[in-house]
Amino acid sequence: MLKLPIYLDNNATTPLDPRVLEAMMPYLTEVFGNAASRNHPFGWAAEEAVDYAREQIASLINCDPKEIIFTSGATESDNLGIKGVFEMYSQKGNHIITATTEHKAVLDTCKHIEKLGGRVTYLPVNAEGLISLEELEAAMTPETILVTIMYGNNETGTIQPIREIARIAHQHGALFMTDGTQAVGKIPVDVIADGIDLMAFSAHKMYGPKGVGALYVRRKNPRVKVTAQMDGGGHERGMRSGTLNVPGIVGLGKACELCKLEMEADTQRLSTMRDRLERELLTLEESYVNGSREHRLPHVANISFKYVEGEGLMMGVKDLAVSSGSACTSASLEPSYVLKALGLSDDLAHSSLRFGLSRFTTDEQVDYAINHVKEAVTKLREMSPLWEMFKEGIDLNSIEWAEH
Amino acid sequence: MAYSDKVIDHYSNPRNVGTLDKSKKNVGTGLVGAPECGDVMRLQIEVDETTNTITDAKFKTFGCGSAIASSSLATEWLKGKTVDEALAIDNMEIVEELALPPVKIHCSVLAEDAIKSAINDYRVKNGLPELEMPKSHH
Repeated sequence: MLKLPIYLDNNATTPLDPRVLEAMMPYLTEVFGNAASRNHPFGWAAEEAVDYAREQIASLINCDPKEIIFTSGATESDNLGIKGVFEMYSQKGNHIITATTEHKAVLDTCKHIEKLGGRVTYLPVNAEGLISLEELEAAMTPETILVTIMYGNNETGTIQPIREIARIAHQHGALFMTDGTQAVGKIPVDVIADGIDLMAFSAHKMYGPKGVGALYVRRKNPRVKVTAQMDGGGHERGMRSGTLNVPGIVGLGKACELCKLEMEADTQRLSTMRDRLERELLTLEESYVNGSREHRLPHVANISFKYVEGEGLMMGVKDLAVSSGSACTSASLEPSYVLKALGLSDDLAHSSLRFGLSRFTTDEQVDYAINHVKEAVTKLREMSPLWEMFKEGIDLNSIEWAEH
Repeated sequence: MAYSDKVIDHYSNPRNVGTLDKSKKNVGTGLVGAPECGDVMRLQIEVDETTNTITDAKFKTFGCGSAIASSSLATEWLKGKTVDEALAIDNMEIVEELALPPVKIHCSVLAEDAIKSAINDYRVKNGLPELEMPKSHH
């Protein structure tokens, strides 16, 4: 029996894998020591668990365990990486390059940097959500200290050309940082091969617990340093003070280990499932995939259904937990800035749905989702005057709408 | 957002979805809202010219559940009313009936505008002067 609603919002967060919970349990109960307590076995046991997690994480992204700085999640890691580099390298320059489709954790941190006197370039993206390498190259200056471009986008799944971006940044003497929140654990991410100097990621997007994440900070070629953003006991090589969240860290480690083991099988299963979902929904007229279909995370599909209003659509797909491109918090609707950056009109951005599949999504759930969405879109279009006009061949732009 | 049972009922079982022949002299059509704003309502009335009574009403709405419910409810209320009675329908009656929250009041305003706009279309078609549309709500 299918349980409703069906959770297809795995870009927002994933459920905890029971194997991760099992690994964490002892550290929530009997092994409660502070990893910084050096003089008794309680502390040693905690430290050992943290060190083991560091190795599990390092093995997933191909770095040295010492290069992992534990944080409370990707937002903190983005803040620490960007602000920390800005402060540490202020002698060298004050220019940062990012993109308009970044997560708010990056964009708002960059806005903060601007208030501190830094200069930030926000690169536009093309219709597929990709930045232009030529524009990046042209934006580089001798004052550029950091290029920060996300690995895979949270709304569309679009994967940026990370290696080429890193190469351009390095050619101009800048560091390269990436927000790897949606990509780490889902696709192969190799900080050496990719040329990544700093990378933010989080446990709860890869079947780990909420409230824990990490910042990868390169120690060799070059040795990267960030100024701590919190004062305190000097944990994490002085870059992030605060007692370590041992159970969370153990969970992040276990989640990484499982992702590494199961990535290939998960990717194959999820991309097949995603492609089927997409193929079926695209049989609806006037439906469009948002973002690159070629360079994309395997578990994400973002589709717009023209002539259907976003909030009405969300109400129609009540048996699914999905996200829409419409952040409707008040009477004034705000369409997704990511989809707008791709060049979508407000109405197409509003009428988009984001499907994020997970390790636990079943074929039966996808079947249900396909039918449910098809029914809702069809029903709403039968009710939509815009659909009727479209069917009659009336150009909606030719109508003088009564603005309100 | 939590919707009231009445909104859910109208959304799930909308009354009077459809299209009337707008070329007929006794059919008035109101098209209000704009796609960019996320709501477009088209409301139509068919009037018995001898009794000045609305014999049929249809709607199509592009919008959220509250907009769909407001227009669906409006068509229910319009049927059987005289044109003058229809003109007296106030958006706050719709708000009350559907228990719309403050952020959704604009849906009821749009429904009221759609009624008035349909009546005006009918009036103009039949050689009557156009009524002034209260646009103050927006």
